[in-house]
Order: sequence, then structure tokens, then C-alpha cells
Amino acid sequence: MSCSFSAVNSIQPRSLSTDNPSITPFKPTPSPFLGSTLKPRFNSLKKSPSASTRRRSSIVAVSDVVKEKSLNFKSSPSNLLITKEEGLVLYEDMVLGRAFEDMCAQMYYRGKMFGFVHLYNGQEAVSTGCIKLLKQEDSVVSTYRDHVHSLSKGVPARQVMSELFGKTTGCVRGQGGSMHMFSKEFNVLGGFAFIGEGIPVATGAAFTSRYKREVLKEADCDHVTMAFFGDGTCNNGQFFECLNMAALWKLPIIFVVENNLWAIGMSHLRATSDPAIWKKGPAFGMPGVHVDGMDVLKVREVAKEAVERARRGEGPTLIECETYRFRGHSLADPDELRDPAEKAHYATRDPITALKKYMIENKLASEAEFKAIDKKIDEVVEDAVEFADASPHPGRSQLLENVFADPKGFGIGPDGKYRCEDPKFTEGTAHV
Amino acid sequence: MWGIIRQKVGSGGLPVPISGKSLQSIRPAVSAMRSYSSAAKEMTVRDALNSALDEEMSADPKVFLMGEEVGEYQGAYKISKGLLEKYGPERVLDTPITEAGFAGIGVGAAYYGLKPVVEFMTFNFSMQAIDHIINSAAKSNYMSAGQISVPIVFRGPNGAAAGVGAQHSQCFAPWYGSCPGLKVLVPYSSEDARGLLKAAIRDPDPVVFLENELLYGESFPVSAEALDSSFCLPIGKAKIEREGKDVTITAYSKMVGYALKAAEILAKEGISAEVINLRSIRPLDKSTINASVRKTNRLVTVEEGFPQHGVGAEICTCVIEESFGYLDAPVERIAGADVPMPYAANLERMAVPQVEDIVRAAKRTCYRSVPMAAAA
Repeated sequence: MSCSFSAVNSIQPRSLSTDNPSITPFKPTPSPFLGSTLKPRFNSLKKSPSASTRRRSSIVAVSDVVKEKSLNFKSSPSNLLITKEEGLVLYEDMVLGRAFEDMCAQMYYRGKMFGFVHLYNGQEAVSTGCIKLLKQEDSVVSTYRDHVHSLSKGVPARQVMSELFGKTTGCVRGQGGSMHMFSKEFNVLGGFAFIGEGIPVATGAAFTSRYKREVLKEADCDHVTMAFFGDGTCNNGQFFECLNMAALWKLPIIFVVENNLWAIGMSHLRATSDPAIWKKGPAFGMPGVHVDGMDVLKVREVAKEAVERARRGEGPTLIECETYRFRGHSLADPDELRDPAEKAHYATRDPITALKKYMIENKLASEAEFKAIDKKIDEVVEDAVEFADASPHPGRSQLLENVFADPKGFGIGPDGKYRCEDPKFTEGTAHV
Repeated sequence: MWGIIRQKVGSGGLPVPISGKSLQSIRPAVSAMRSYSSAAKEMTVRDALNSALDEEMSADPKVFLMGEEVGEYQGAYKISKGLLEKYGPERVLDTPITEAGFAGIGVGAAYYGLKPVVEFMTFNFSMQAIDHIINSAAKSNYMSAGQISVPIVFRGPNGAAAGVGAQHSQCFAPWYGSCPGLKVLVPYSSEDARGLLKAAIRDPDPVVFLENELLYGESFPVSAEALDSSFCLPIGKAKIEREGKDVTITAYSKMVGYALKAAEILAKEGISAEVINLRSIRPLDKSTINASVRKTNRLVTVEEGFPQHGVGAEICTCVIEESFGYLDAPVERIAGADVPMPYAANLERMAVPQVEDIVRAAKRTCYRSVPMAAAA
């Protein structure tokens, strides 16, 4: 794909090559971030055909450069990836996600929650690693597996839990449910049930951000958007259409693929002609990066670069996080098709224990501090459940509310008369 | 082929639990009048669909099944259980999540001589493929002046389930029912499911087969004739589930169960309701509906979908056009609330018609209650 090479070569993120002197430069690429397009990637190309014959085993295709960077970091403590405060924030966020989802499962089986509930256990590193880099004005768009994305973005656990219970104090007043978490305050733009549906929406939010900067001249508007979706979505047409347009218009968006290898019962390798999703980025002219999604520090590093690129106006990035969901697709899924050996393998790579181990080994925090955080989160989740339980169900009148933003209908103006009778209506000065 | 046996008594009076969970608790109806020599066998709708697919696939090697999770997962709702083992991966295809793609591939296969059965995990997802259903499949026979027929079946669950939110709960019968070139079928009982699916697969035209997730687990009695592998129901014929003489209630899919329950309640109050199971939205069996209204002089249409431009709107209009003189009361339409489906359980209950709504509307047509200004 020679055209993609030229497009990618013009993008030169400066930060990585200067900030990380510990990279052993035996890879010829100028920046590890672009490495997915050029020669070094041929190593992983060779891996994929053999991976496809072993249907049930994990794909071991961590980006070589990121892997080697982490090796270096383990040996040289002066180059730690995070400070203690950052580490504890990440830990707390991941534990909140895990505890919340576990509580959701309990509540579902007790009948407090109903419908489709999709849990995020095991994938916390991706949500925490990516979303904790964002500001409140940045937006996140997700799929039905959106509880933890909302929590990471800042939506209070109480509101999310109430929403799941269908109570009127939920973040969308009980009208959306598990799959439709929206929050204007924290810029969580959904929660979509159709996979692939959120990607164009996210691309549109990124478009707005760029429009504000260029057309409306809000010079400091550097809001970025992150779209989260899974491996199954990457075979959907909407995904490709948005990759094209985002790269074409250099939109400040980060496409984060949570490749957990399974789409309900369909293995990624059975559904995809070329399982390496990160390669689809360069095909459209944006960098594609593959990262170990069970390691929050690696995800954070890669995401940081992508966010900075987007803020500088250099365009989109595709990040493929190889991760795993410990539970089934949803609470109604018996999860019979996945190999128990595969599940056991990924259970040993639990992102929360990995971060804890890293921080303890590098003397960033003590066991007691982690226990204190665990306890605090347990209380938060318990409180959320109590709050949700005590909250009222939506009133009858709520059924018909919120269908329109302008319930009187487009045609009626504030004075009660038809807008089209207003002589100024077509002049462009009328308020519509 | 005409394996319909008129069942005189409310054998369709099966209780439909309205709880949000699975429907495993079903009490078979005890019919006082058994018209068969042997005891009627019970079959769930799921098994009925499975057996119909199985028989059609074994009878005709050109029939194949395509959809998400139909193979190894045994079907997202276990409708295609066992088919992969029996027919192999070439005839039972697990697709990637590409509705537009695989619906289009199905249509192309049908153009060229095969008989695909395309499964949508729910019909809400068919919106991603609706271009192919309408533009490539429905309109082709017309556009090609009869040269290219499209013997394809699009099937899947339709309508509201329990607590699945706005994007998973829409009823698509009105949308597909308005499109010329499509046949739209809506089975209710197991016999309907078997007969109509077999007819749909054998039909040379595109058929949209709208099932209902909450009906999959329900058991219905099936006659020996229905279990025969050549059993087929005609497309375009409604079934009178319960005869009556005071008011006609038309319904389809899950609402037939509700209508039958309402009829039981009305019978206790002295109103004899005739319940028509539409079975086919397109072509709509206008003659049966009109004949029934001419007998009873009152009409109540029941549907789960949105009220504006719904199936009920079409039925009411065709009755007014053809049998206006016979009507003794204004026609009543019962539909879901004109809002996207809310998630909260109590709001969801209010957004879908319940048995009480049907009873109230029937009474209104019989002038047994104060007429209401507008439906709630």
C-alpha cells in the first residue's frame, strides 16, 4: 500500500523520540508510533497466519516496540511511567470498574436489573488507560459495554447504578438502561446498542471540535473524541467509512478497538480475513498501533501520544488494544464456546493485579494503601446500590416526555403562532 | 398443503406471562373439544422454527442459512440449534457483524439461483441492511420485468422484548408491510411458525418473517398434520383464532395471545369477541377481516408498534373503505405508545398494550363504557 506509506511518513510526532532515550534503536522506524506501517511489522505479519490455525489460543502480537520499552522501564526505575498519584488514580478507577461490574452481576441475578447487561470485567485497563487522559470537555462514545467508560469519564456511580435499576435518578432518568448511558455534563455521548453505530457519532463529535476551532474560531478548542468499539465492529462498513473521513479531514479522534477476540460466540479469527485490526489504520492514512490491552501503563502511553497528536491537529489514530472479557458477552450468555484454558491464561494477566504488582515492585505504594482504596470503592459501590434501591421509579408522565426538544413542534413559535407566518422567518433573522 | 384445522374453542387461550424474564412457565390449555383422535402434541415456537428449517434444508439443497451466531453458537436464540452439525459450515454460515454485507450477499445468491434464509439477530439490526431488503430484493422482480426473482427469507425476532431499551424494541411490521414486492409474515403459534416458515422458504419472492423473542419459549399444541414435513400454510390468509359475534379484534404475533386473554375476560362480561390472527401483514387478508366485521359490526385492531402509520391504521382504513355501512361503532386502534421504548420496567409496561387496554377498547366499541377523549 504505497500510498499509505507516503501519507504516514508525513506525520512526525515529536514527543516519543525525544522523551524516551531508553529505546534501543535497532528498529529502523523514526517513531515507534508509526511502526505499524513499515518493515518491522512484517514480523507480526508472519505470526497471523499461524495464529489463525489455532483458533482458540491467544494472539501474541504485542507491538514489539512497546514491549521492549516496558522491559527497559522495568529495569531502570528512574524512567517510571507514572507517578504515585497517577498510579493510585489508575488503580482506583480500575477497581471501581471491576467492583461495579461485579455488583451489576449480583443485582441482575437478584432481579433488580433486567434486559441486556454487558459487563466489562477484564478490560478495565483500556478504559482507565485511555479515558483518564481526557478532560471533561473531551467526549467518549461507546457501545453497549459502556458502564465502565461512563464511570471512568466521571459519571457518578450512583447515577449509573440508578440507571441500571431503571430509576428516575439515573443518568438518563431510567429511559436508556444499561446500553444507553448518556451524560452531557461529562460528555459521554452514548451508549449504543448497534455496534458500529457509535463510530460515526464519535467522528461527528470530532468534526464539531475541528469546526469550532476553524470555523467558529474558538482557537483553544482542542477537544478530542474517543470512540470505543470491539473486534466484531471492525468488519462493519461504518467503521471503514469513518476511518476514511476522519483521516481525510484530519479529525481529532482516537479509534480505540477493544479486541477481546470474541463477538458473542464468534471468534475474531473466524470472522475477519486479516485479524490484525491495527493494519486497517494505515490503509486509510492514519497510524495504527497494537498494544497489550491488559497493561494499563502501555495503553496509557500509546493513548497519550494519540491524544496529543489529535490535540495538535494532526488527525486520527487507530489503537488496537488486545484485551479479554472475563465474563460472557452479556449476563444472558452461557459462554460455552470459549476455551477454559484461554480464560485461565487471561485471568493471570488481570490488569488490576498487574498494576498493583508494578507499583509495589517499584515502591510506589504499599499494600495498605491499595487495601484502603479497595475498601473505599466497596463503600462507593454499596452506596450506589442503596441509593438506586431507594430511588423512585419514573412517574407515569415521564413516558411521554423527552421525545422532542421542542415539544410544540417545529412550526410553532414562542408566541404560539405558526413560524412560517412570521415575515422574518425566511430572512435568517428569526430564531428557529 | 392446506393443513389448517379450525380450532373451535379458545385453544389459543394460553396465559402469556408478562414478566420480564424467560417464559418457561407455560400451562397448556385444556380444550374441552378435542377434534383429534390422538392427544395434541405440544411444541415450542423455537422447536417449530427449528424443525421447519431442518426439514426445508434437507428437502432442498439450495436452501442455506446465514446470519450472526447461527452456527457454532446454535443461534442467538437457539433457533438454529443442531443445524450446523447436520448440514455443515457451507450451508449454515456464521457471518461477521455486517448486516448490509451479508443481506446483500444473500440477495445476490438468490438472484443467481439459491434460496437463502438470512437471519437478523433482531429486526432492529435489519435497518443496517434495509437498503438490500427493499431496493435489491423487493423491487427486483419488478425492475427486471419478471426475469429475476428473489426467493429469499429474512427472518428474526421483531418487536419488544423485556427491558432491552429503545434500539432493540421496535416493531417493523408497518415499515416492511408498506413495501410492494415484499411478503411479510407474522406467526403467533407453533403451527403458524412451522407452516409459514416452510411456505416462506418455498416461496419464490422475498419474504420478511417477523418472529417474536418472547414467544420462542411458549408451547402450543400442534396437530399431527402440522408435524408432517410437507405441511405449509398459505401466505396471505388470516386465521380466526376464536369465533365471536360482538366485536372483531385483529392482532398479530404476541398480541394475539393478549387478544385471546382479553376475549376470555370479555366473554365473562357477555361480550363475544372474534379474534383474528393476521398471520400475514403483506398481503393483508382483507376479505377475512371484512367478513368478520360485517358479522360483528365492530372492530378493534391491536398491535405493538408505533401508532402512526401502523398496521392498525391500514386495517381500519380498509374496513372503512369496504364495510363502512356495517360498522356500528367507530373503529378502535390499540398500539404501543408513541415514544421510543423506555428502559424502566414500569414505563415499558405503559408503552406496550396490555390486556386491559384491549378490554377497554372492546367495551368502548360496544358502548359499555364512557368513551374516552384520547387514548392514554
